[in-house]
Amino acid sequence: MKAENQDLPSETMDLQMGPSHPATDGTIKLNLKLEGEKVLACDVEVGYLHRGFDKSCEQATWTQVIPYTDRLNYASPLINNVGYALAVEKLIGVETPPRCQYIRVIVSELSRIFDHLTCCGMAASELGAITVGFYMIEARELLIRIIEGLTGARLTVTYVRVGGVKHDLPHAFAEHVAQTFKTIRKLLDDCDRLLSRNRIFLDRLSHVGVISKETALSYCLTGPILRATGVNYDVRKVFPYLVYDQLDFEVPLGSKGDNYDRFLCRIGEIEQSMKIVEQALQKLPLGPVWIEDPRFVLPEKEKVYGSIEGLMHHFKIIMEGIQVPAGETYFAVEGGNGELGFYIVSDGSGRPYRMRVRPPCFIAMGAFHEMIKGYMVADIVPTFGMINMIGGECDR
Amino acid sequence: MSETSPRLSYIRDKLDSKVLEAVQAQGDDVLILDRAGLRESFLLLKTDMQLSYDFLSDITAVDYWQKKEPRFEVVYQILSLGHRRRLRVRVPVPESDPAVESLTPLWRGANFLEREVWDLFGIRFIDHPDLRRILLYDEFQGYPLRKDYPVNLCQPRVPEREVAGTFVDERSHNKLLRLKKSLGSKI
Repeated sequence: MKAENQDLPSETMDLQMGPSHPATDGTIKLNLKLEGEKVLACDVEVGYLHRGFDKSCEQATWTQVIPYTDRLNYASPLINNVGYALAVEKLIGVETPPRCQYIRVIVSELSRIFDHLTCCGMAASELGAITVGFYMIEARELLIRIIEGLTGARLTVTYVRVGGVKHDLPHAFAEHVAQTFKTIRKLLDDCDRLLSRNRIFLDRLSHVGVISKETALSYCLTGPILRATGVNYDVRKVFPYLVYDQLDFEVPLGSKGDNYDRFLCRIGEIEQSMKIVEQALQKLPLGPVWIEDPRFVLPEKEKVYGSIEGLMHHFKIIMEGIQVPAGETYFAVEGGNGELGFYIVSDGSGRPYRMRVRPPCFIAMGAFHEMIKGYMVADIVPTFGMINMIGGECDR
Repeated sequence: MSETSPRLSYIRDKLDSKVLEAVQAQGDDVLILDRAGLRESFLLLKTDMQLSYDFLSDITAVDYWQKKEPRFEVVYQILSLGHRRRLRVRVPVPESDPAVESLTPLWRGANFLEREVWDLFGIRFIDHPDLRRILLYDEFQGYPLRKDYPVNLCQPRVPEREVAGTFVDERSHNKLLRLKKSLGSKI
Protein backbone atom coordinates (compact mmCIF):
# COMPACT_ATOMS: atom_id res chain seq x y z
CA MET A 1 0.00 0.00 0.00
CA LYS A 2 1.45 3.34 -0.98
CA ALA A 3 0.93 5.94 1.68
CA GLU A 4 -0.80 8.88 0.06
CA ASN A 5 -2.79 11.97 1.02
CA GLN A 6 -1.00 13.18 4.05
CA ASP A 7 -3.49 15.52 5.72
CA LEU A 8 -1.58 16.38 8.82
CA PRO A 9 1.65 18.30 8.52
CA SER A 10 4.55 16.13 9.50
CA GLU A 11 8.24 16.52 9.79
CA THR A 12 10.77 13.90 8.71
CA MET A 13 12.01 11.58 11.37
CA ASP A 14 15.14 9.45 11.46
CA LEU A 15 14.69 5.93 12.71
CA GLN A 16 17.32 3.27 13.10
CA MET A 17 15.89 -0.20 12.62
CA GLY A 18 18.18 -2.95 13.78
CA PRO A 19 20.87 -4.27 13.88
CA SER A 20 18.96 -6.66 16.07
CA HIS A 21 15.26 -6.40 15.42
CA PRO A 22 12.69 -9.04 16.37
CA ALA A 23 10.87 -8.82 13.04
CA THR A 24 13.85 -9.08 10.74
CA ASP A 25 15.68 -12.38 10.60
CA GLY A 26 19.18 -11.26 9.88
CA THR A 27 21.54 -8.84 11.54
CA ILE A 28 21.28 -5.68 9.54
CA LYS A 29 20.72 -2.03 10.26
CA LEU A 30 18.33 0.15 8.32
CA ASN A 31 18.71 3.90 8.73
CA LEU A 32 15.28 5.15 7.75
CA LYS A 33 14.09 8.62 6.96
CA LEU A 34 10.37 8.71 7.63
CA GLU A 35 7.52 11.05 7.00
CA GLY A 36 4.86 9.79 9.32
CA GLU A 37 4.86 6.10 8.51
CA LYS A 38 6.06 6.55 4.96
CA VAL A 39 9.64 5.63 4.15
CA LEU A 40 11.35 8.46 2.30
CA ALA A 41 14.84 7.03 2.20
CA CYS A 42 16.60 4.01 3.53
CA ASP A 43 20.30 3.48 4.03
CA VAL A 44 21.24 -0.16 4.50
CA GLU A 45 24.18 -0.97 6.76
CA VAL A 46 25.51 -4.49 6.34
CA GLY A 47 28.61 -6.16 7.68
CA TYR A 48 27.64 -7.15 11.22
CA LEU A 49 28.52 -10.76 10.46
CA HIS A 50 31.69 -10.05 8.51
CA ARG A 51 34.31 -12.58 9.49
CA GLY A 52 36.79 -12.35 6.63
CA PHE A 53 35.72 -15.32 4.55
CA ASP A 54 38.03 -14.37 1.66
CA LYS A 55 41.06 -13.87 3.89
CA SER A 56 40.41 -17.10 5.80
CA CYS A 57 40.20 -19.05 2.56
CA GLU A 58 43.57 -17.70 1.48
CA GLN A 59 45.12 -19.37 4.54
CA ALA A 60 43.46 -22.75 4.00
CA THR A 61 44.13 -25.58 1.58
CA TRP A 62 41.63 -26.19 -1.20
CA THR A 63 39.86 -28.89 0.79
CA GLN A 64 39.82 -26.87 4.00
CA VAL A 65 37.78 -24.19 2.25
CA ILE A 66 34.76 -26.51 1.96
CA PRO A 67 33.68 -26.13 5.63
CA TYR A 68 33.94 -22.36 5.23
CA THR A 69 31.53 -22.47 2.30
CA ASP A 70 28.99 -24.28 4.50
CA ARG A 71 28.78 -21.17 6.59
CA LEU A 72 28.00 -18.78 3.73
CA ASN A 73 24.33 -19.33 3.08
CA TYR A 74 23.56 -21.61 5.97
CA ALA A 75 20.06 -22.20 4.67
CA SER A 76 21.45 -23.99 1.62
CA PRO A 77 24.97 -25.17 2.50
CA LEU A 78 24.98 -28.00 -0.02
CA ILE A 79 24.60 -25.62 -2.97
CA ASN A 80 27.60 -23.65 -1.71
CA ASN A 81 29.61 -26.88 -1.50
CA VAL A 82 28.61 -27.86 -5.02
CA GLY A 83 29.36 -24.41 -6.45
CA TYR A 84 32.80 -24.30 -4.89
CA ALA A 85 33.71 -27.82 -5.97
CA LEU A 86 32.56 -27.13 -9.54
CA ALA A 87 34.62 -23.93 -9.70
CA VAL A 88 37.78 -25.72 -8.56
CA GLU A 89 37.11 -28.61 -10.92
CA LYS A 90 36.70 -26.15 -13.77
CA LEU A 91 40.11 -24.69 -12.98
CA ILE A 92 41.70 -28.13 -12.78
CA GLY A 93 39.85 -29.22 -15.91
CA VAL A 94 38.27 -32.45 -14.69
CA GLU A 95 34.73 -33.74 -14.80
CA THR A 96 33.17 -35.98 -12.20
CA PRO A 97 31.45 -39.29 -13.08
CA PRO A 98 27.73 -39.20 -13.93
CA ARG A 99 26.57 -40.71 -10.65
CA CYS A 100 28.38 -37.99 -8.74
CA GLN A 101 26.79 -35.32 -10.93
CA TYR A 102 23.32 -36.71 -10.30
CA ILE A 103 23.97 -36.85 -6.56
CA ARG A 104 25.13 -33.24 -6.65
CA VAL A 105 21.93 -32.23 -8.43
CA ILE A 106 19.85 -34.09 -5.84
CA VAL A 107 21.58 -32.48 -2.88
CA SER A 108 21.43 -29.02 -4.49
CA GLU A 109 17.71 -29.29 -5.01
CA LEU A 110 17.09 -30.62 -1.50
CA SER A 111 18.99 -27.60 -0.27
CA ARG A 112 16.97 -25.24 -2.44
CA ILE A 113 13.70 -26.60 -1.02
CA PHE A 114 15.19 -26.14 2.44
CA ASP A 115 16.14 -22.54 1.62
CA HIS A 116 12.74 -21.60 0.20
CA LEU A 117 10.91 -23.26 3.09
CA THR A 118 13.00 -21.24 5.53
CA CYS A 119 12.33 -18.03 3.66
CA CYS A 120 8.60 -18.49 3.15
CA GLY A 121 7.98 -19.94 6.60
CA MET A 122 9.81 -17.16 8.37
CA ALA A 123 8.20 -14.46 6.25
CA ALA A 124 4.76 -15.90 6.91
CA SER A 125 5.25 -16.17 10.65
CA GLU A 126 6.56 -12.61 10.79
CA LEU A 127 3.24 -11.53 9.28
CA GLY A 128 1.32 -13.40 11.95
CA ALA A 129 0.74 -16.68 10.15
CA ILE A 130 2.56 -18.64 12.83
CA THR A 131 0.74 -21.86 11.91
CA VAL A 132 2.18 -21.75 8.42
CA GLY A 133 5.57 -20.99 9.87
CA PHE A 134 5.38 -24.14 11.98
CA TYR A 135 4.09 -26.25 9.09
CA MET A 136 7.03 -25.17 6.99
CA ILE A 137 9.45 -25.75 9.83
CA GLU A 138 8.02 -29.25 10.11
CA ALA A 139 8.59 -29.80 6.40
CA ARG A 140 12.10 -28.43 6.81
CA GLU A 141 12.76 -30.76 9.72
CA LEU A 142 11.85 -33.73 7.53
CA LEU A 143 14.33 -32.51 4.93
CA ILE A 144 17.01 -32.02 7.56
CA ARG A 145 16.57 -35.66 8.51
CA ILE A 146 17.27 -36.70 4.93
CA ILE A 147 20.32 -34.46 4.83
CA GLU A 148 21.45 -35.73 8.21
CA GLY A 149 21.10 -39.32 7.05
CA LEU A 150 23.15 -38.48 3.99
CA THR A 151 25.88 -36.25 5.37
CA GLY A 152 25.86 -36.82 9.10
CA ALA A 153 25.20 -33.17 9.91
CA ARG A 154 22.15 -30.97 9.95
CA LEU A 155 23.55 -27.66 8.72
CA THR A 156 27.32 -27.70 8.43
CA VAL A 157 27.33 -30.58 5.99
CA THR A 158 30.73 -30.46 4.20
CA TYR A 159 29.48 -33.21 1.92
CA VAL A 160 30.87 -32.35 -1.50
CA ARG A 161 34.57 -32.68 -2.24
CA VAL A 162 36.71 -31.51 -5.12
CA GLY A 163 36.44 -34.47 -7.48
CA GLY A 164 33.44 -36.17 -5.96
CA VAL A 165 31.22 -36.39 -2.93
CA LYS A 166 32.17 -37.67 0.51
CA HIS A 167 30.34 -40.96 0.11
CA ASP A 168 27.52 -42.54 -1.83
CA LEU A 169 23.82 -42.22 -0.97
CA PRO A 170 22.75 -44.23 2.10
CA HIS A 171 20.62 -47.35 1.98
CA ALA A 172 16.98 -46.83 0.90
CA PHE A 173 17.56 -43.15 0.21
CA ALA A 174 15.05 -42.97 -2.64
CA GLU A 175 12.25 -44.47 -0.53
CA HIS A 176 13.03 -42.13 2.32
CA VAL A 177 12.90 -39.13 -0.03
CA ALA A 178 9.65 -40.32 -1.65
CA GLN A 179 8.01 -40.69 1.75
CA THR A 180 9.22 -37.29 2.91
CA PHE A 181 8.08 -35.56 -0.28
CA LYS A 182 4.64 -37.04 0.20
CA THR A 183 4.41 -35.43 3.63
CA ILE A 184 5.95 -32.16 2.41
CA ARG A 185 3.43 -31.93 -0.43
CA LYS A 186 0.62 -32.42 2.06
CA LEU A 187 2.04 -29.75 4.34
CA LEU A 188 2.50 -27.35 1.43
CA ASP A 189 -1.10 -27.98 0.37
CA ASP A 190 -2.20 -26.95 3.84
CA CYS A 191 0.03 -23.88 3.68
CA ASP A 192 -1.39 -23.01 0.30
CA ARG A 193 -4.94 -23.21 1.63
CA LEU A 194 -4.00 -21.09 4.63
CA LEU A 195 -2.01 -18.44 2.78
CA SER A 196 -2.31 -18.06 -0.96
CA ARG A 197 -5.81 -16.61 -0.96
CA ASN A 198 -5.76 -15.30 2.57
CA ARG A 199 -6.93 -11.70 2.58
CA ILE A 200 -4.55 -10.53 5.32
CA PHE A 201 -1.56 -12.19 3.70
CA LEU A 202 -2.42 -10.86 0.24
CA ASP A 203 -2.89 -7.32 1.51
CA ARG A 204 0.49 -7.36 3.18
CA LEU A 205 2.34 -8.82 0.19
CA SER A 206 0.75 -7.83 -3.09
CA HIS A 207 1.74 -4.46 -4.56
CA VAL A 208 4.37 -4.08 -1.86
CA GLY A 209 8.07 -3.81 -2.55
CA VAL A 210 7.48 -3.50 -6.27
CA ILE A 211 10.53 -3.32 -8.46
CA SER A 212 10.36 -3.05 -12.23
CA LYS A 213 12.15 -5.29 -14.70
CA GLU A 214 14.59 -2.58 -15.78
CA THR A 215 15.40 -1.54 -12.22
CA ALA A 216 15.94 -5.15 -11.19
CA LEU A 217 18.37 -5.70 -14.07
CA SER A 218 20.15 -2.44 -13.32
CA TYR A 219 20.61 -3.51 -9.71
CA CYS A 220 22.13 -6.85 -10.82
CA LEU A 221 19.41 -8.78 -8.97
CA THR A 222 19.13 -12.51 -9.58
CA GLY A 223 17.10 -15.41 -8.30
CA PRO A 224 13.43 -15.27 -7.27
CA ILE A 225 13.52 -11.45 -6.96
CA LEU A 226 14.51 -11.05 -10.62
CA ARG A 227 12.24 -13.83 -11.83
CA ALA A 228 9.29 -12.25 -10.00
CA THR A 229 9.66 -9.30 -12.38
CA GLY A 230 9.35 -11.64 -15.37
CA VAL A 231 12.99 -11.92 -16.45
CA ASN A 232 13.73 -15.53 -17.26
CA TYR A 233 17.22 -15.82 -15.84
CA ASP A 234 17.96 -19.05 -14.04
CA VAL A 235 21.59 -20.19 -14.16
CA ARG A 236 20.39 -23.80 -14.39
CA LYS A 237 18.65 -23.02 -17.69
CA VAL A 238 20.80 -20.25 -19.19
CA PHE A 239 24.22 -21.73 -18.39
CA PRO A 240 23.40 -25.38 -17.66
CA TYR A 241 25.84 -27.19 -15.41
CA LEU A 242 25.94 -30.74 -14.02
CA VAL A 243 23.04 -32.66 -15.63
CA TYR A 244 20.36 -29.97 -15.44
CA ASP A 245 20.01 -29.96 -19.24
CA GLN A 246 18.90 -33.61 -19.10
CA LEU A 247 16.19 -32.98 -16.54
CA ASP A 248 12.75 -31.64 -17.21
CA PHE A 249 11.73 -28.67 -15.08
CA GLU A 250 10.23 -25.25 -15.43
CA VAL A 251 11.26 -21.89 -14.07
CA PRO A 252 8.33 -20.18 -12.31
CA LEU A 253 8.09 -16.54 -13.35
CA GLY A 254 6.16 -13.63 -11.94
CA SER A 255 4.98 -10.50 -13.68
CA LYS A 256 4.52 -7.65 -11.22
CA GLY A 257 7.76 -7.87 -9.27
CA ASP A 258 6.07 -7.45 -5.90
CA ASN A 259 6.44 -9.52 -2.76
CA TYR A 260 3.53 -11.79 -3.59
CA ASP A 261 5.15 -12.76 -6.90
CA ARG A 262 8.38 -13.48 -5.07
CA PHE A 263 6.46 -15.68 -2.67
CA LEU A 264 4.73 -17.54 -5.52
CA CYS A 265 8.05 -17.97 -7.36
CA ARG A 266 9.61 -19.56 -4.31
CA ILE A 267 6.64 -21.85 -3.67
CA GLY A 268 6.66 -22.81 -7.36
CA GLU A 269 10.35 -23.56 -7.21
CA ILE A 270 9.85 -25.91 -4.27
CA GLU A 271 7.53 -28.01 -6.40
CA GLN A 272 9.94 -27.91 -9.37
CA SER A 273 12.86 -28.89 -7.16
CA MET A 274 10.94 -31.88 -5.84
CA LYS A 275 10.26 -32.84 -9.44
CA ILE A 276 13.97 -32.61 -10.25
CA VAL A 277 14.94 -34.75 -7.27
CA GLU A 278 12.43 -37.42 -8.23
CA GLN A 279 13.63 -37.47 -11.83
CA ALA A 280 17.28 -37.55 -10.81
CA LEU A 281 16.64 -40.42 -8.40
CA GLN A 282 14.92 -42.32 -11.17
CA LYS A 283 17.70 -41.73 -13.69
CA LEU A 284 20.50 -42.16 -11.15
CA PRO A 285 23.17 -44.26 -12.89
CA LEU A 286 25.39 -46.76 -11.14
CA GLY A 287 29.11 -46.22 -10.87
CA PRO A 288 31.70 -44.45 -8.78
CA VAL A 289 31.07 -41.14 -7.04
CA TRP A 290 34.71 -40.03 -7.28
CA ILE A 291 36.89 -39.26 -10.25
CA GLU A 292 39.62 -41.84 -10.68
CA ASP A 293 42.55 -39.57 -10.19
CA PRO A 294 44.91 -40.20 -7.28
CA ARG A 295 45.89 -36.53 -7.18
CA PHE A 296 42.53 -35.54 -5.68
CA VAL A 297 41.10 -38.66 -4.12
CA LEU A 298 42.01 -40.08 -0.73
CA PRO A 299 43.03 -43.76 -0.93
CA GLU A 300 40.89 -46.44 0.66
CA LYS A 301 41.48 -47.09 4.33
CA GLU A 302 42.72 -50.63 3.63
CA LYS A 303 45.52 -49.24 1.51
CA VAL A 304 46.37 -46.54 4.06
CA TYR A 305 46.74 -49.07 6.87
CA GLY A 306 48.13 -51.85 4.70
CA SER A 307 50.77 -50.30 2.48
CA ILE A 308 53.43 -47.62 2.72
CA GLU A 309 52.39 -46.12 -0.64
CA GLY A 310 48.82 -45.77 0.52
CA LEU A 311 49.95 -44.15 3.76
CA MET A 312 52.19 -41.68 1.92
CA HIS A 313 49.42 -40.90 -0.52
CA HIS A 314 47.00 -40.21 2.33
CA PHE A 315 49.60 -38.10 4.15
CA LYS A 316 50.37 -36.02 1.07
CA ILE A 317 46.73 -35.18 0.41
CA ILE A 318 45.95 -34.40 4.03
CA MET A 319 49.07 -32.37 4.81
CA GLU A 320 49.72 -30.57 1.53
CA GLY A 321 46.26 -30.58 0.11
CA ILE A 322 45.36 -31.07 -3.50
CA GLN A 323 47.31 -29.13 -6.10
CA VAL A 324 45.39 -26.79 -8.37
CA PRO A 325 47.21 -25.38 -11.41
CA ALA A 326 47.82 -21.63 -11.61
CA GLY A 327 45.04 -19.68 -13.25
CA GLU A 328 41.74 -17.99 -12.54
CA THR A 329 38.17 -18.91 -13.22
CA TYR A 330 34.59 -17.99 -12.43
CA PHE A 331 31.82 -20.47 -12.02
CA ALA A 332 28.24 -19.72 -11.07
CA VAL A 333 25.47 -21.98 -9.86
CA GLU A 334 21.88 -21.14 -9.05
CA GLY A 335 21.79 -20.71 -5.30
CA GLY A 336 18.69 -20.37 -3.18
CA ASN A 337 18.65 -16.60 -3.62
CA GLY A 338 20.18 -16.22 -7.06
CA GLU A 339 23.41 -16.55 -8.93
CA LEU A 340 26.02 -17.85 -6.53
CA GLY A 341 29.37 -17.38 -8.24
CA PHE A 342 32.84 -18.40 -7.19
CA TYR A 343 35.78 -16.48 -8.61
CA ILE A 344 38.99 -18.26 -7.70
CA VAL A 345 42.59 -17.42 -8.46
CA SER A 346 45.28 -20.02 -7.95
CA ASP A 347 49.01 -19.49 -8.07
CA GLY A 348 49.73 -23.20 -7.98
CA SER A 349 50.92 -23.19 -4.38
CA GLY A 350 48.26 -25.49 -2.95
CA ARG A 351 46.21 -22.73 -1.38
CA PRO A 352 43.72 -20.36 -3.02
CA TYR A 353 45.43 -17.09 -3.92
CA ARG A 354 42.11 -15.27 -4.04
CA MET A 355 38.67 -16.55 -3.32
CA ARG A 356 35.63 -14.47 -4.05
CA VAL A 357 31.98 -15.34 -3.68
CA ARG A 358 29.33 -13.46 -5.57
CA PRO A 359 26.77 -13.18 -2.78
CA PRO A 360 23.24 -12.87 -4.21
CA CYS A 361 21.65 -11.45 -1.07
CA PHE A 362 24.37 -8.83 -0.56
CA ILE A 363 23.53 -7.51 -4.01
CA ALA A 364 19.80 -7.74 -3.24
CA MET A 365 20.35 -5.61 -0.14
CA GLY A 366 21.90 -3.02 -2.45
CA ALA A 367 18.48 -2.62 -4.06
CA PHE A 368 16.50 -2.70 -0.83
CA HIS A 369 16.14 1.08 -0.57
CA GLU A 370 14.62 1.06 -4.05
CA MET A 371 12.10 -1.64 -3.08
CA ILE A 372 10.93 0.07 0.09
CA LYS A 373 10.91 3.72 -0.96
CA GLY A 374 7.42 5.17 -0.66
CA TYR A 375 5.97 2.30 1.36
CA MET A 376 5.07 2.03 5.03
CA VAL A 377 7.41 1.02 7.84
CA ALA A 378 5.32 -2.12 8.32
CA ASP A 379 6.05 -3.11 4.69
CA ILE A 380 9.74 -3.43 5.51
CA VAL A 381 9.10 -6.72 7.29
CA PRO A 382 7.56 -8.68 4.38
CA THR A 383 9.90 -7.10 1.82
CA PHE A 384 12.95 -7.95 3.87
CA GLY A 385 11.52 -11.39 4.55
CA MET A 386 11.08 -12.20 0.87
CA ILE A 387 14.67 -11.22 0.06
CA ASN A 388 15.79 -13.95 2.46
CA MET A 389 18.90 -12.13 3.57
CA ILE A 390 21.28 -14.63 5.12
CA GLY A 391 23.93 -12.89 7.19
CA GLY A 392 26.57 -15.51 6.61
CA GLU A 393 26.47 -14.96 2.88
CA CYS A 394 25.69 -11.25 2.82
CA ASP A 395 28.54 -10.24 5.11
CA ARG A 396 30.94 -13.15 4.60
CA MET B 1 44.82 -20.93 -23.58
CA SER B 2 45.36 -18.12 -26.03
CA GLU B 3 43.29 -19.00 -29.11
CA THR B 4 40.93 -16.16 -29.88
CA SER B 5 37.32 -16.49 -30.94
CA PRO B 6 35.60 -14.31 -33.57
CA ARG B 7 33.73 -12.65 -30.70
CA LEU B 8 36.94 -11.56 -29.04
CA SER B 9 38.44 -10.28 -32.27
CA TYR B 10 35.24 -8.31 -32.84
CA ILE B 11 35.66 -6.70 -29.41
CA ARG B 12 39.30 -6.03 -30.20
CA ASP B 13 38.29 -4.26 -33.42
CA LYS B 14 35.69 -2.18 -31.67
CA LEU B 15 37.69 -1.17 -28.61
CA ASP B 16 40.96 -0.92 -30.49
CA SER B 17 43.86 0.18 -28.31
CA LYS B 18 41.93 -0.13 -25.05
CA VAL B 19 42.19 -3.91 -25.23
CA LEU B 20 45.49 -4.97 -23.75
CA GLU B 21 44.82 -8.66 -24.22
CA ALA B 22 41.92 -10.91 -25.20
CA VAL B 23 42.18 -14.62 -24.42
CA GLN B 24 40.09 -17.67 -23.80
CA ALA B 25 40.85 -19.64 -20.66
CA GLN B 26 38.91 -22.74 -19.53
CA GLY B 27 36.21 -21.82 -22.04
CA ASP B 28 35.74 -18.32 -20.61
CA ASP B 29 36.24 -15.16 -22.62
CA VAL B 30 38.68 -12.95 -20.79
CA LEU B 31 39.41 -9.38 -21.71
CA ILE B 32 42.14 -7.24 -20.21
CA LEU B 33 41.24 -3.58 -20.60
CA ASP B 34 43.07 -0.35 -20.07
CA ARG B 35 41.59 1.68 -17.22
CA ALA B 36 41.59 4.89 -19.26
CA GLY B 37 38.09 5.45 -20.61
CA LEU B 38 36.81 2.36 -18.85
CA ARG B 39 33.22 3.53 -18.67
CA GLU B 40 33.03 4.10 -22.42
CA SER B 41 34.44 0.64 -23.00
CA PHE B 42 31.75 -0.89 -20.81
CA LEU B 43 29.10 1.26 -22.43
CA LEU B 44 30.10 -0.19 -25.78
CA LEU B 45 30.13 -3.74 -24.43
CA LYS B 46 26.68 -3.11 -22.97
CA THR B 47 24.98 -1.40 -25.89
CA ASP B 48 26.59 -2.91 -29.01
CA MET B 49 23.96 -5.11 -30.63
CA GLN B 50 26.43 -7.86 -31.44
CA LEU B 51 27.71 -8.05 -27.89
CA SER B 52 24.99 -6.69 -25.56
CA TYR B 53 26.68 -7.69 -22.33
CA ASP B 54 23.81 -6.09 -20.47
CA PHE B 55 24.01 -7.71 -17.05
CA LEU B 56 26.70 -6.97 -14.50
CA SER B 57 27.26 -10.03 -12.40
CA ASP B 58 30.12 -9.19 -10.09
CA ILE B 59 32.93 -6.77 -9.34
CA THR B 60 35.92 -7.77 -7.29
CA ALA B 61 39.66 -7.22 -7.17
CA VAL B 62 42.83 -9.26 -6.79
CA ASP B 63 46.04 -8.09 -5.16
CA TYR B 64 49.15 -9.43 -6.91
CA TRP B 65 51.57 -7.97 -4.37
CA GLN B 66 55.19 -8.63 -5.37
CA LYS B 67 53.97 -10.95 -8.08
CA LYS B 68 52.83 -8.71 -10.87
CA GLU B 69 53.06 -5.11 -11.98
CA PRO B 70 50.68 -3.24 -11.80
CA ARG B 71 49.78 -4.55 -8.41
CA PHE B 72 45.96 -4.66 -8.46
CA GLU B 73 43.46 -6.01 -10.89
CA VAL B 74 39.78 -5.11 -10.76
CA VAL B 75 37.74 -7.99 -12.14
CA TYR B 76 34.28 -7.58 -13.66
CA GLN B 77 32.00 -10.47 -14.57
CA ILE B 78 29.42 -9.43 -17.13
CA LEU B 79 27.01 -11.51 -19.14
CA SER B 80 24.60 -11.24 -21.99
CA LEU B 81 21.18 -12.65 -21.17
CA GLY B 82 20.12 -12.57 -24.82
CA HIS B 83 23.19 -14.31 -26.25
CA ARG B 84 23.78 -16.46 -23.15
CA ARG B 85 27.44 -15.60 -22.91
CA ARG B 86 29.74 -14.55 -20.13
CA LEU B 87 32.72 -12.23 -20.29
CA ARG B 88 35.34 -11.52 -17.68
CA VAL B 89 37.00 -8.12 -17.84
CA ARG B 90 40.21 -7.54 -15.92
CA VAL B 91 41.54 -4.04 -15.42
CA PRO B 92 45.09 -3.59 -14.10
CA VAL B 93 45.42 -0.80 -11.52
CA PRO B 94 48.79 0.45 -10.23
CA GLU B 95 49.54 0.84 -6.54
CA SER B 96 50.63 4.48 -6.90
CA ASP B 97 47.15 5.61 -7.96
CA PRO B 98 44.60 2.93 -7.11
CA ALA B 99 41.53 4.32 -8.86
CA VAL B 100 39.20 3.31 -11.67
CA GLU B 101 36.09 4.88 -13.10
CA SER B 102 32.86 3.89 -11.39
CA LEU B 103 30.26 1.92 -13.32
CA THR B 104 27.31 3.18 -11.26
CA PRO B 105 25.93 5.24 -14.18
CA LEU B 106 25.65 2.03 -16.23
CA TRP B 107 24.49 -0.38 -13.54
CA ARG B 108 23.13 0.89 -10.24
CA GLY B 109 24.00 -2.43 -8.64
CA ALA B 110 27.67 -1.51 -9.03
CA ASN B 111 27.22 0.79 -6.04
CA PHE B 112 27.45 -1.89 -3.34
CA LEU B 113 30.00 -3.97 -5.22
CA GLU B 114 32.36 -1.04 -5.70
CA ARG B 115 31.95 0.01 -2.10
CA GLU B 116 33.03 -3.46 -1.08
CA VAL B 117 36.16 -3.32 -3.25
CA TRP B 118 36.98 0.10 -1.79
CA ASP B 119 36.42 -1.24 1.71
CA LEU B 120 38.58 -4.33 1.40
CA PHE B 121 41.21 -3.30 -1.17
CA GLY B 122 41.34 0.49 -0.98
CA ILE B 123 40.76 0.96 -4.69
CA ARG B 124 38.90 4.21 -5.30
CA PHE B 125 36.08 4.48 -7.82
CA ILE B 126 35.97 7.85 -9.51
CA ASP B 127 32.52 9.50 -9.58
CA HIS B 128 31.05 6.93 -7.22
CA PRO B 129 28.05 8.60 -5.52
CA ASP B 130 28.64 7.22 -2.04
CA LEU B 131 32.07 5.70 -1.49
CA ARG B 132 31.99 4.61 2.15
CA ARG B 133 33.13 1.47 3.91
CA ILE B 134 30.46 -1.20 3.76
CA LEU B 135 31.42 -4.44 5.49
CA LEU B 136 33.83 -2.89 7.97
CA TYR B 137 33.36 0.13 10.21
CA ASP B 138 34.51 3.63 9.36
CA GLU B 139 37.38 3.65 11.87
CA PHE B 140 38.98 0.48 10.49
CA GLN B 141 42.61 1.07 9.58
CA GLY B 142 44.05 -0.44 6.43
CA TYR B 143 42.55 -2.67 3.76
CA PRO B 144 42.31 -6.28 4.93
CA LEU B 145 42.29 -8.12 1.62
CA ARG B 146 45.57 -6.60 0.50
CA LYS B 147 48.28 -9.20 0.71
CA ASP B 148 50.47 -7.01 2.91
CA TYR B 149 47.76 -6.88 5.60
CA PRO B 150 48.68 -9.56 8.17
CA VAL B 151 45.95 -12.08 8.99
CA ASN B 152 46.29 -11.69 12.75
CA LEU B 153 46.61 -7.90 12.94
CA CYS B 154 44.64 -6.35 15.80
CA GLN B 155 42.72 -3.14 15.26
CA PRO B 156 42.74 -0.32 17.83
CA ARG B 157 39.70 0.23 20.02
CA VAL B 158 37.18 2.69 18.66
CA PRO B 159 35.89 5.48 20.92
CA GLU B 160 32.15 5.85 21.24
CA ARG B 161 30.63 7.75 18.35
CA GLU B 162 28.28 10.70 18.59
CA VAL B 163 25.11 9.78 16.75
CA ALA B 164 23.21 12.31 14.68
CA GLY B 165 19.47 12.03 14.07
CA THR B 166 16.04 13.08 15.25
CA PHE B 167 15.98 10.98 18.38
CA VAL B 168 19.32 12.35 19.46
CA ASP B 169 17.74 15.32 21.21
CA GLU B 170 17.94 16.82 24.65
CA ARG B 171 16.28 13.82 26.31
CA SER B 172 18.33 11.05 24.85
CA HIS B 173 21.46 12.64 23.51
CA ASN B 174 23.92 9.82 24.01
CA LYS B 175 23.04 9.41 27.65
CA LEU B 176 26.15 7.47 28.43
CA LEU B 177 28.38 10.11 26.87
CA ARG B 178 26.69 12.85 28.90
CA LEU B 179 26.91 10.80 32.03
CA LYS B 180 30.60 10.29 31.51
CA LYS B 181 31.10 13.99 30.84
CA SER B 182 29.17 15.06 33.93
CA LEU B 183 31.06 12.68 36.14
CA GLY B 184 34.28 13.85 34.53
CA SER B 185 37.37 12.66 36.30
CA LYS B 186 35.45 10.51 38.79
CA ILE B 187 35.34 7.56 36.32
